[in-house]
Amino acid sequence: MSKERTIVFPYVPNSVPSVKAEMLKEVNAKDEMELYNEIPEHLRFKRKLKLPEPILDEYDIRRHVEGLLEKNKNCKEYLNFLGAGCAQHFVPAVCDEINGRGEFLTAYVGESYADHGKWQALFEYCSLMGELLDMDVLSVPLYDGGQAAATSIRMASRITGRNEVVVPRSMNPEVRMVLGNYLKPDITIKDVDFDPRSGLIDSKDLNSKVSAKTAAVFLENPNYFGCLESQASEIGKLARERGAEFVVYCDPISLGVLAPPSQYGATIACGEYHTLGIPMVAGGGVGGFIATKDDMKYVREFKDLMFGITETNTPGEYGFGEVLFERTSYGSREKGKEFTGTSTGIWAITAGVYLSLMGPKGMKETGTTIMQMSHFAARELAKLKGISLKFKTPFFKEFVLNFDKSGKKVSKINKMLLKNGIIGGKDLSRDFPKLGQSALYCVTEIKTEDDIQKLVEALKEAL
Amino acid sequence: MPRDEKTLLRKFHEAKWDEQIIFEMSVPGERGILVREVEPSVSKKVGEVLDSIPLALRRKSPPKLPEINQMRVMRHFLHLSQETMGADLTIDISEGTCTMKYSPKVQEHVAARHPGIREIHPLQPAETIQGTLEIIYKLEQFLKEISGMDKFSFQPGGGAQAAYTAASVIRAYHASRGDTDRTETITTMFSHPCDAAGPATAGFKVVTLMPNEEGYVDVDAFKAALSDRTAAIFITNPEDTGIYNPRIDEFVRAAHKAGALCYYDQANANGMLGITRARDAGFDLCHFNLHKTFSVPHGSMGGAVGALGCTNDIAKYFPVPRVEFDRKKKAYFLDYDAPESIGKVRTFMGNVQSLVKSYTWIMQHGAQGLHEVAVCSVLNNQYMLKKLNEIPGVVVRYAPGKRRLEQVRYSWEKLKADTGVGTDDVMRRMADFGLQHYWTSHHPWVVPEPFTLEPCESYSKDDIDEYVAVFRQISKEAYENPEFVKNAPYNSVVHKVPNPSIDEPERIAVTWRQYLKKKEKAREGLATRQLTVEKTH
Repeated sequence: MSKERTIVFPYVPNSVPSVKAEMLKEVNAKDEMELYNEIPEHLRFKRKLKLPEPILDEYDIRRHVEGLLEKNKNCKEYLNFLGAGCAQHFVPAVCDEINGRGEFLTAYVGESYADHGKWQALFEYCSLMGELLDMDVLSVPLYDGGQAAATSIRMASRITGRNEVVVPRSMNPEVRMVLGNYLKPDITIKDVDFDPRSGLIDSKDLNSKVSAKTAAVFLENPNYFGCLESQASEIGKLARERGAEFVVYCDPISLGVLAPPSQYGATIACGEYHTLGIPMVAGGGVGGFIATKDDMKYVREFKDLMFGITETNTPGEYGFGEVLFERTSYGSREKGKEFTGTSTGIWAITAGVYLSLMGPKGMKETGTTIMQMSHFAARELAKLKGISLKFKTPFFKEFVLNFDKSGKKVSKINKMLLKNGIIGGKDLSRDFPKLGQSALYCVTEIKTEDDIQKLVEALKEAL
Repeated sequence: MPRDEKTLLRKFHEAKWDEQIIFEMSVPGERGILVREVEPSVSKKVGEVLDSIPLALRRKSPPKLPEINQMRVMRHFLHLSQETMGADLTIDISEGTCTMKYSPKVQEHVAARHPGIREIHPLQPAETIQGTLEIIYKLEQFLKEISGMDKFSFQPGGGAQAAYTAASVIRAYHASRGDTDRTETITTMFSHPCDAAGPATAGFKVVTLMPNEEGYVDVDAFKAALSDRTAAIFITNPEDTGIYNPRIDEFVRAAHKAGALCYYDQANANGMLGITRARDAGFDLCHFNLHKTFSVPHGSMGGAVGALGCTNDIAKYFPVPRVEFDRKKKAYFLDYDAPESIGKVRTFMGNVQSLVKSYTWIMQHGAQGLHEVAVCSVLNNQYMLKKLNEIPGVVVRYAPGKRRLEQVRYSWEKLKADTGVGTDDVMRRMADFGLQHYWTSHHPWVVPEPFTLEPCESYSKDDIDEYVAVFRQISKEAYENPEFVKNAPYNSVVHKVPNPSIDEPERIAVTWRQYLKKKEKAREGLATRQLTVEKTH
């Protein structure tokens, strides 16, 4: 490396040659490679790494990366109707302000003294989610909704000592794929049909598949198609009567108007909290949660860290401590519950900020606006020739449009929409061929009457 | 007043706001933010749309969220941020094996604010996200070169999930060969707990090897543990001790001979970039934590990325989708066509914002910069080891005279014997000097009274000198006034929690509502007890 010109890298302070020389002398090394004398010669990498020449100055690196990102078409310039597990919601400025703070952004696993604020912020995230879900117990967040679903089912299996789970065939295919791997090798998945007319779980098929082996009945509500599972209460009853846990996957932004799962019999609630003040970031803005009631049978089965509030040796002063640390793989390695690790702390803090800003009224109003806007859109779109609403079932935020009568494929229609600056709904024809040429449309609180009108006009043209 | 020139110590007190829990700030009727209402014409057209919700699914009483004006919400969370010692604020060389490097602000500003990343939906057609796909594809090429591997997946959302994903892939690999008796994995006690827990979650029985007196895993003990039941070994090198195992390729050859695969936990590869590569030591799989080695901020425990690499033989089992380049069309695309894939471990494409940050960081350094990073992180470590060794009470176990790579596991064993002050006490006291608490060790502690430090390349010689000065001071205090150290901290946000392990059901309160309920219960219990006492009298 000696032939290269000397560069002092701003993020590597001791790359200053005189400092480096002084330190090498301190540690009795005649040159850099002596530092590595424990690595045998034959294991050393002899040539120079083949990487692009570095862009050293900050102006040019910024221009380079921004240039790449500008090749993308973003949902600010395009009108987006994709949802399917990641939706475009309103992000309050305060959320961005707080998650951009260097103190939170660059904090890690510090103890609850120097990092007291982080512990409190995550405790508040759990507490606020607890109110929204009407449940008492949450751990720190999980990677995403897929992990939350998978761990909820594993918790149910450990609690019941049973090894089957019943899931609807209508469920989010991304989450289903996560389950397909994560529940191996111990838990068998039984898929239950959905009613092709209503989009809801087929209760007859469900009834035949829930048995004394069933650890959990898993339900999404609203389901992947946006439909509200009106039989949720009865399904929960059936699950509990047969000794199974009732695991409900829900969308927290719906809970200002929809009942939380605990109020219709869920014993474990889980889901994806990205809808709470977090941008989409190409799918990087996701995070999972699991909640249960305060019963040690459940508390003991959480796999991730739990921060408990307590007092310090100064009377009245709040402090925090680790709850049942031995549960986790940090405490007990392979004997811990599954495995734990870094997940999505910064987004959980953000969700806490969001719920604090919204309060009960904000959540109710947001839910109401989503209901109104999505129903307005569905109604206007279903009026178009060649388009129909696939399911005539009450829904929240998302709905399925069917294009069979237009004789055109969704893929083709979406290409036409794109030309008009619109990103159409998710094409369902690959994951759900039985639904024909159908697409899942997502309409949140940020869409306006004009946005819907623009979509209507573009679809008219496309058909 | 500047830092004391002679002692290098600061007079410090962390921000302390005696901050309430957010629920205690609620004023009924206050609003933090107003949200969009639909246009009157829309509302008229859809009518009472909430009535379409089935009765059983309607929320009947509003959630008991607090009602707080916006300024107060803002102030509250700013207070909490000030009560948090992020790595941006301090010399945070305290998380040995996991020390975070400086994450340049330029990468953060672009990744967090540019609409070309922030406002992208993960399911957009490939033709509309060519920029994102190009970054992912090129980052993969960089990591392939750095590790020698043939394929990378960026789906795992952290190092532990990477280890778990590797275990899933290994399970699929053996299953496809009908090799179903391979039910065990082998790891070492000084490897991260995820190297045990990840495979266990995937259904493997885990064998853990202890270090010998020199701190190495004994080759013969390792060979004895191998059998036709071994599916894989999950190890790291150097281990938490910072000692590099020079016979690592012998381990790999023995494992391969037994039919097992070899996984290299390279979460932290700071010291090795361009120096030695996983593939060249024979490994089949490895992972890098992008949030350690490649400069992504840790975000109060995530989001993160455990970038998982492997050789061509194993790539077909990797999660979908993969980002590929179509040379004919000159376009990037997402490839789902992988019939033997394990499926997915995470929804969508993973933490894409982290990928943009790591891509930026590597592009700022190039081969020469990565070499500089590696050398300076090891040099810093050896320099600090020399300085800390001079402090009374510090012990370094194993391999005397051998050069360590990027971290060292130290011990306060002697300090504890001499003064009664243990590692947890010193750890708490650090906060009084403006330093983050150090990390002790994973459990169980093999080295008594452990602490693990890693002064990665981000820290200057002066930073290290100041850090060491604090240890010198605490050691002095421990010998002069042990009780004082044992009751620390004094200048942090809060004071010592007498019993920070909360295991008794009546003490468990992980949400505010659970706390209030337990407090109420305790009060009732106390009242009942008092009543009983009164009656008996």
